[in-house]
Amino acid sequence: MKKKNKRLKTLLLFLVPIFTGATIIFYNLKDNMVFFYSPTEILDKSDEIKSFVRLGGMVKKGSVSKENTFFNGANVEEVSFIITDFKNEIEVKYIGILPDLFKEEQGVVVQGNIDEMKVMRATEVLAKHDENYMPPEIEAIESIKEKINDI
Amino acid sequence: MIFKFANPNKFLRISKFLFPYFNVFFLISFVYGLYLSFFNSPPDYLQGETVRIMYIHVPCAWFSLMLYSSIAICGFFSLVFRHTLADIAIRAIAPLGACFTIATLITGSIWGKPTWGTWWVWDARLTSELVLLFLYVGIISLSNAFESKSKGDKYAAMLSLVGIINLPIIKWSVDWWNTLHQPASISKFSSPSIDTVMLIPLFVMTLSFLFLSLNIIIIRIKSEILQRKIDILNSSKIN
Repeated sequence: MKKKNKRLKTLLLFLVPIFTGATIIFYNLKDNMVFFYSPTEILDKSDEIKSFVRLGGMVKKGSVSKENTFFNGANVEEVSFIITDFKNEIEVKYIGILPDLFKEEQGVVVQGNIDEMKVMRATEVLAKHDENYMPPEIEAIESIKEKINDI
Repeated sequence: MIFKFANPNKFLRISKFLFPYFNVFFLISFVYGLYLSFFNSPPDYLQGETVRIMYIHVPCAWFSLMLYSSIAICGFFSLVFRHTLADIAIRAIAPLGACFTIATLITGSIWGKPTWGTWWVWDARLTSELVLLFLYVGIISLSNAFESKSKGDKYAAMLSLVGIINLPIIKWSVDWWNTLHQPASISKFSSPSIDTVMLIPLFVMTLSFLFLSLNIIIIRIKSEILQRKIDILNSSKIN
């Protein structure tokens, strides 16, 4: 029995410092482990963030519009929309293919540069979906319920 | 109590009894689960038919974590109590866990393209799952890296215990940091965010994966026990 206790003690002496160290590292890396920033974080840090950045949030309702512009000598369609975290919002302009799940009032993560007018020039748009899964009929019922509650 | 079952011969006897039952359970739940996932469950209101990948992807991800936890538990018993069966179990489980991790990464990638619009991003959830694959590969190669099997067992067990740190990171990465991956749907048992008609195929598929894993592990442990018996016989013959 004594041998087992000794082995357990050695093991703990080996593991506890590793786990403590890892916890401290990850706790302090907190800000650097994020995949994207919210509009509020970007506006707060706008002096630090000069170049390439990822921005995430909700596509504001009724903010998506498309217009034709010239890009690399070709007439292309430019999409513009507003990303909001319900505190602050940032306008995004993007030329390219949107993912299928891109919709108003859905989550989105865009990659690109922020210009001096605080407009995001996106080079990539990714759709983010939430953890809710349900059949379309149930969704229809839920949205009717919400509308009733609003009244 | 546990040590009574940690006897390899006892394990062989019990597993021989359970094996056929597990096989039947696996076949029934796998066929029924696939039927439910592909033909008898509704499309998602947002993602449409793509949501069916969930019925493979989510059980794979759960088992990639669960099998790692069982390896780490075996690692503890191997290092502190020197149980041969625990050493054998680590060797038996690690490749299976690695397979589930690879399946998780591949199905997740196939799911990511039509929904998010990208095959891969370096967000916390995806990266930590990839690290899990590297841990599995590390355990497999460490246990085979030495002349003596027992030395390999010891180092593999140590790595498996150090790697535990990755499990909470995978689990809670979606809550601690902003990620592209959505948060967990079934963290709260009272009100999961998946509708019941979609929860049932997920549950049946998970059950079939459980029996499949148990049987693969039983086969692998059995062959490893036999291999070690052969090794002992061979070495005594030479002497």
